[in-house]
Amino acid sequence: MCLAIPGMIVSLAGDPAHSALVEVVGVRRRVDISLVEPEGIGPGDWVLIHVGFAMSKIRQQDAEDQLRMLTALGETEAAMEEVRGYSTDDTDPPPREHPQPKGRSFP
Amino acid sequence: MRYVDEFREPELISQTSEEIRRLADPGRHYRFMEVCGGHTHAIYRFGLKDLLPPNIELVHGPGCPVCVLPMGRIDDGLSMVAGEGVIFSAFGDMMRVPGTHGSPLEHKARGADIRIVYSPADALKLARANPGRHVMFFAIGFETTAPSTALTLIRAKAEGIRNFSVFCNHVTIIPAIRAILDSPDMRIDAFIGPGHVSTVIGCRPYEWIARHEGKPIVVSGFEPLDVLQSVVMILRQMQRGEARVENQYRRVVPWDGNRAALKVMAEVFTLRSYFEWRGMGFISQSALALNDEYSDWDAEKHFSIPGIRVTDPKAAQCGEVLKGVLKPAQCKLFGNECTPERPVGALMVSSEGSCAAYYQYEHRKSQLVSIPA
Repeated sequence: MCLAIPGMIVSLAGDPAHSALVEVVGVRRRVDISLVEPEGIGPGDWVLIHVGFAMSKIRQQDAEDQLRMLTALGETEAAMEEVRGYSTDDTDPPPREHPQPKGRSFP
Repeated sequence: MRYVDEFREPELISQTSEEIRRLADPGRHYRFMEVCGGHTHAIYRFGLKDLLPPNIELVHGPGCPVCVLPMGRIDDGLSMVAGEGVIFSAFGDMMRVPGTHGSPLEHKARGADIRIVYSPADALKLARANPGRHVMFFAIGFETTAPSTALTLIRAKAEGIRNFSVFCNHVTIIPAIRAILDSPDMRIDAFIGPGHVSTVIGCRPYEWIARHEGKPIVVSGFEPLDVLQSVVMILRQMQRGEARVENQYRRVVPWDGNRAALKVMAEVFTLRSYFEWRGMGFISQSALALNDEYSDWDAEKHFSIPGIRVTDPKAAQCGEVLKGVLKPAQCKLFGNECTPERPVGALMVSSEGSCAAYYQYEHRKSQLVSIPA
């Protein structure tokens, strides 16, 4: 919950409103971008995500640093579990109770 | 200097560490509190204590939302799943937190419908997908996660989703800092301010700490170099006899915070007149509740909750550790009855709790060292 997960905006989605497809180390999920929209946000921008909501726009270098920090703190798996746990859109089934797939670790 | 080799900029780390030694007055003892649990974790992980002179003590603050939640609130939340057709949803961090009759995970094993969600938006999604059930979301966190809960409630109201409620346990960081400063057994010289909370609230809310309490506070990033640079910034202020709010984490934290996030919080929440913090007692205006506009989605109004108050196990000294009066290993239960595998106190549950962090990085090391050759 307290993890700040860096992700890159792949595309802005009209539906649901205020969401974007965001990629975190190869995993793509829909993330709410309402709170960073006023800053102006578009594909290729990097954001820090907390519990499925982008909370701040950051530079790519800072995103890379944050990924490295998560790895150093041994929180990569927890972060990727969180990202995979976000369901992708409203037509999706509700989130799985125990998402288990083994993920790639950060570079 | 244990971890220096694995730091990204070992030279810069060494230089900063040297600068700290130059700036620190050898004749005095410094106590700096890192407010945020993320900093606590990083400080232990990178062995930053070893890079500071012995007269600079880092005191671990209350900034771990799982750790400061009183057990009674967990019991209250779990009482709601006793009702027919209720789904209890919460972040994974909550699942192993002990309640009087076991953790949410143990309740699940006994048949309660308890689901992990990774976002409050997904709890709302559960409600949409289960119109015949009631989905309660156990909301927890500081200002970092509160805006997400607020936005989710705004959506629930807009869509008229009535089978969804929030059990609000969001807390705010400023009153906790005030309580620490008011506490007679606390002697803190300066604060390392929280990073991610500040992306939401900005740096202005800390100004009273500098102005009225005369303590420097530096909002800090989480990298080893960030924390060390923040210590330098604090020491420079102290050397000049100043007390100011400074922002070391400018690359992420805007001085004014995230206005959109503050706006949605204001739309949904109201300040509670008081709230109990584990180990710190009741702190006035330190937590958020849903305002009247959202009372239809307020789990505390939807369910009749027992309002349980549970004192921590007598032998556990979570409160003293949380306030920095005791070090984790000085608690009688530490490493014996209370371990990350079987936590008694909440500070052992989360990786950001000072006991779990100390256990993972310091305690094991000392255990290895103490094995006779």
